[in-house]
Amino acid sequence: MSDATGHVTSLLAPDARTKARNAAERRFRMIGLSAVGLGLLALLVLLSSVLGNGLSAFQQTSVALTIPLDEKKLDKSGKRDPAAMAKVTTVGYGKLIQEALQDMLDQAGVDTGGLKPKELMGLLSKEAAADLRERVLADPALVGTTQTFEAMANGRVDGYFKGRVTLESAKRDANISPEQLELAQRMADAGLIVTSFNWKFLTNPDASELRPESAGLGVAILGSAYMMVIVLVLSLPIGVAASIYLEELAPKNRWTDLIEINIANLAAVPSIVFGILALALFINFLGLPQSAPVVGGLVLTLMTLPTIIIATRASLKSVPQGVRDAALGVGASKMQAIFHHVLPLAMPGILTGTILGLARALGESAPLLLIGMVAFVKDYPAAPPEGFFDPASALPVQVYSWTQRADPAFAERASGAIIVLMLFLLTMNAVAIILRRRFERRW
Amino acid sequence: MNDMRLTERAVTEKAKMSARGVQVHYGTNHALKDVDVDILDKTVTAFIGPSGCGKSTFLRCLNRMNDTVASARVTGKIEMDGQDIYDPRVDPVQLRAKVGMVFQKPNPFPKSIYDNVAYGPKIHGLTRSKAELDEVVESSLRKAALWNEVKDRLAAPGTGLSGGQQQRLCIARAVATSPEVLLMDEPCSALDPIATAQVEELIDELRAQFSVVIVTHSMQQAARVSQRTAFFHLGSLVEYGETGTIFTSPRDPRTESYITGRIG
Amino acid sequence: MTVGLLSLLLLVLAALGFVVGRQKAIASVKGDTRNLHSLPAYYGMGVALFTAVPAFALMLVWLLVQPVLIEAQVTGMILPEDIADGSSRDLVMSDVRRIASGMDVLAERGLPEAEFAKLVTDTTALKTRLADAGVALAADINPHVAEAAAVYRAEVATGRAWLAVAALALAVAGFLLAAMRVTPEFRARNVVEQFIRVLLVAASSVAVLTTVGIILSLVFESWHFFRLYPAKDFFLSLTWAPKFGGGSSLGIWPLLWGTLYVSAIALLVAVPVGLMAAIYLSEYAGPRLRSVAKPALEILAGIPSIVYGLFALMTVGPFLRDWLARPMGIGDSSSSVMTAGVVMGIMLIPYVSSLSDDIINAVPQALRDGSYGLGATQSETVKQVVFPAALPGIVGAILMAASRAIGETMIVVLGAGAAAKLSLNPFEAMTTVTVKIVSQLTGDTEFASPETLVAFALGLTLFVFTLGLNVLALYIVRKYREQYE
Repeated sequence: MSDATGHVTSLLAPDARTKARNAAERRFRMIGLSAVGLGLLALLVLLSSVLGNGLSAFQQTSVALTIPLDEKKLDKSGKRDPAAMAKVTTVGYGKLIQEALQDMLDQAGVDTGGLKPKELMGLLSKEAAADLRERVLADPALVGTTQTFEAMANGRVDGYFKGRVTLESAKRDANISPEQLELAQRMADAGLIVTSFNWKFLTNPDASELRPESAGLGVAILGSAYMMVIVLVLSLPIGVAASIYLEELAPKNRWTDLIEINIANLAAVPSIVFGILALALFINFLGLPQSAPVVGGLVLTLMTLPTIIIATRASLKSVPQGVRDAALGVGASKMQAIFHHVLPLAMPGILTGTILGLARALGESAPLLLIGMVAFVKDYPAAPPEGFFDPASALPVQVYSWTQRADPAFAERASGAIIVLMLFLLTMNAVAIILRRRFERRW
Repeated sequence: MNDMRLTERAVTEKAKMSARGVQVHYGTNHALKDVDVDILDKTVTAFIGPSGCGKSTFLRCLNRMNDTVASARVTGKIEMDGQDIYDPRVDPVQLRAKVGMVFQKPNPFPKSIYDNVAYGPKIHGLTRSKAELDEVVESSLRKAALWNEVKDRLAAPGTGLSGGQQQRLCIARAVATSPEVLLMDEPCSALDPIATAQVEELIDELRAQFSVVIVTHSMQQAARVSQRTAFFHLGSLVEYGETGTIFTSPRDPRTESYITGRIG
Repeated sequence: MTVGLLSLLLLVLAALGFVVGRQKAIASVKGDTRNLHSLPAYYGMGVALFTAVPAFALMLVWLLVQPVLIEAQVTGMILPEDIADGSSRDLVMSDVRRIASGMDVLAERGLPEAEFAKLVTDTTALKTRLADAGVALAADINPHVAEAAAVYRAEVATGRAWLAVAALALAVAGFLLAAMRVTPEFRARNVVEQFIRVLLVAASSVAVLTTVGIILSLVFESWHFFRLYPAKDFFLSLTWAPKFGGGSSLGIWPLLWGTLYVSAIALLVAVPVGLMAAIYLSEYAGPRLRSVAKPALEILAGIPSIVYGLFALMTVGPFLRDWLARPMGIGDSSSSVMTAGVVMGIMLIPYVSSLSDDIINAVPQALRDGSYGLGATQSETVKQVVFPAALPGIVGAILMAASRAIGETMIVVLGAGAAAKLSLNPFEAMTTVTVKIVSQLTGDTEFASPETLVAFALGLTLFVFTLGLNVLALYIVRKYREQYE
């Protein structure tokens, strides 16, 4: 103990070693704090990158045209017979739009810069003529009247106003010329091109490579919604039933042990493997259609089940034994005790777990790629239940397919779609949190 | 050990630590009210009292272990050798090297027996060489009366020892930093009677080097090992004095009730 | 009768069963329900369950088995010479199905059944008719195929009809049987509860069936693959160069290398950051910081991997290329092992930190107290007592994170690239097992070729890897928890 006495110093003056140790303590703290900071920074960068790239997808530039819908051109017979009217193709409507555009520019006194009519039309989306045709065919009474029509601007023009396309880049671009962009600028100055909220981004179906401006999430949102319905309807009852058996009724034996290990491992199987299962089982073996929400819903159900089972068992476990004993004590059967007392008490926890499971399923994309949901789908699926078998897309998969397109306008759409997806997830998580806060019981 | 050895109680009157007006709050709970105590050097002091009376709380004030509880607030003055241990200049880390602690449940680290004992000297840098460290480990284990049982398996995990051995290992671990005061928080409550007897014997031997403060539930234990006894009740210090006096002629009726078993 | 209508009918029958069972029970005791063994509703439920459940079970099995049987029968009608060069039996069979469904559409539009017999012999007319119905066929229709389609359609219709008959018969039988058993002494509650118990057991075996399904489909299709492509080459070859049309080399090593490289970088990012964040949040952080940082990290954990993929593609990839790879002259691609690894690391941070948080909190406070009591600082306690004590659990957590990294798909699809390479340069694009599973199984490829089937062998490899890691991790963590319980 000789050096113990040499070590003794006043408590009030820390020795050199203590100082060094305290410095090490501070360093360690700083490292820890910076790790937390790094995590938060990553979240911030991620969110701002998505928002920065995607918010502009919710804006769309368009040109309001006043178009006289000439009967002679659109319905020669004058009988308003839809079959006969359908013979007029988009080319015919395109001419109407072109004339209207020319008129408008003349009236407003905007200098066209000597652009040819075809180049003028290049300012508008190629979808405009089809849109107009659809609108007329849907309501033949419009023929003969004069209508105002919001024609979407071409993706490059749209990109010009959003800063994605510049006069420089237009020189190297076969799809747009600097002269066209200058005209667009003059039109905007004259108030002919306006930017407004892009509802069509939420409702339109996907569009082809050349028309990024008209590509929307309609089919994808519908497809995702269909799948969520299937997942909810299948996984909630099956998951709750399985949990009740495992937690409340099952004897402890090899078989139930196996099921438990199985569920724990199933929760960690990579999602792509579930995709392979769906492809081999549902599509190749059972012959269910590709790209169909029913297949996506089934595979997502299988993926969600472990999550729901784990959450349900946890909340069944948290119901105190006293509740069961009390019910059994007044002569209820075991099933009655479970269904009348335990299950209702565990319900908030079960619902929270289910919503979180659904949120994860909503964001899942890998397995859906394998069952053909990347396919280009332009038609809305029918109403359920037949619609479950129609081809559809899904939100996360739509993001993926847009990233695979060459036009940078699709990159903006992809980020916009992510924002929509995250809003859905945020809502679901918020509901789960509120449920938990509102109904959480502490025993 | 059954005699009360009242005759052997020759004690120094020098105070090692002194507490004045100590109050402790845990959040809104006033856990300790206005406690004044002098801990004498080279003496065993026992804190007795019913559960929740504040005796462990007070013990944890003496080496500032309450600092690790976020909600705890300590006021009043505690001095060690005339220096206020709650002075902002005092580093609790340095203080705890001088005021060692042994806990209710044996808590050996999941390391070897050797590393358990060497832990304190290592972090405080008390030794300069491996040979010196070996020496400290051996002498600490000897002081804890454990050396003979473990000298052949110093590399074995400390968690593999029996409960009584684990507790003596924890004592050796605390002794290894050569503290001046050793705090023991019900050190025998998790032990069987034989292990308890061994630890009590050890406490008596340790008194030669340090002042020992022991919190205990057992009045017999307090009577067996201590020279001074403090009785706590509902967060207040009721009575403090020579162990013999407290047990034979308590001044306060509450002390008497407790000792005769009417409250507890 | 469609499946929907049949289901509806069965449900109606079941509802009727409930009413009848209940009424009969009440009537049997002349309204004094105290004389019944069980509550009246249980008698109703019993009848309803016996009506609906067996019929629905039959329907399910029938729907699963019928296509397999019919296909086996119809496929015999296609002679080997009917299969064109470059085509396969599978492709011809899919034509058969499409023609059959086209015929259904025609029938719905009011084409009389007699017309179909004529159409089958006149395949050109059939083709135009089908084109009208929205089924466009590339080549001319082989008469055998047309015939097969007609038979297929007829068989499906017959099958459906028999299904309806059988299911309804079973439902009625169940109804009558259960209704007859309703007497005051009948222990309806016990029977119903036994029935429900069987349903619960069935639900709990879905998880096991899923695993069995995964293993069977992977093993079965991999076995197909290894019949077409030597297993030795798959496991030992160092080149990956699929050529559609034969002569591919499909060695797994370049893909495994890419997978492990990306995962290693991800873990290098995620483990230190996640672990230190967990330590800071559980040992140091005040309640204020904790209440902000923990939910924020949870948000990071709840973000779908496609978002991370897009982040890699649009932000991290170009950033790393322009600020690191190009200035240092070591790479020119925005998708690279580094891009995917870093982004995957960010994704794993909350995973590692929440797992480690649980594990660090499981270390008993007594150990910390012991260390503080000896005068150790907080960081000394963490480094020398808490961390070693938690080490087994943390190793388990890292293994789980590794398994997630290996199985992650979208980040590497969008961030790592598609070129199979064995390179050490992390700024080069490389590819992984999961990327290749996606690329080999999407797109219109023939299902029977080794280039497609290899995806199943890759999937099997991936499954075995991740399962091994998970089982090991779960075992370690379980042992760890037992130690402190």
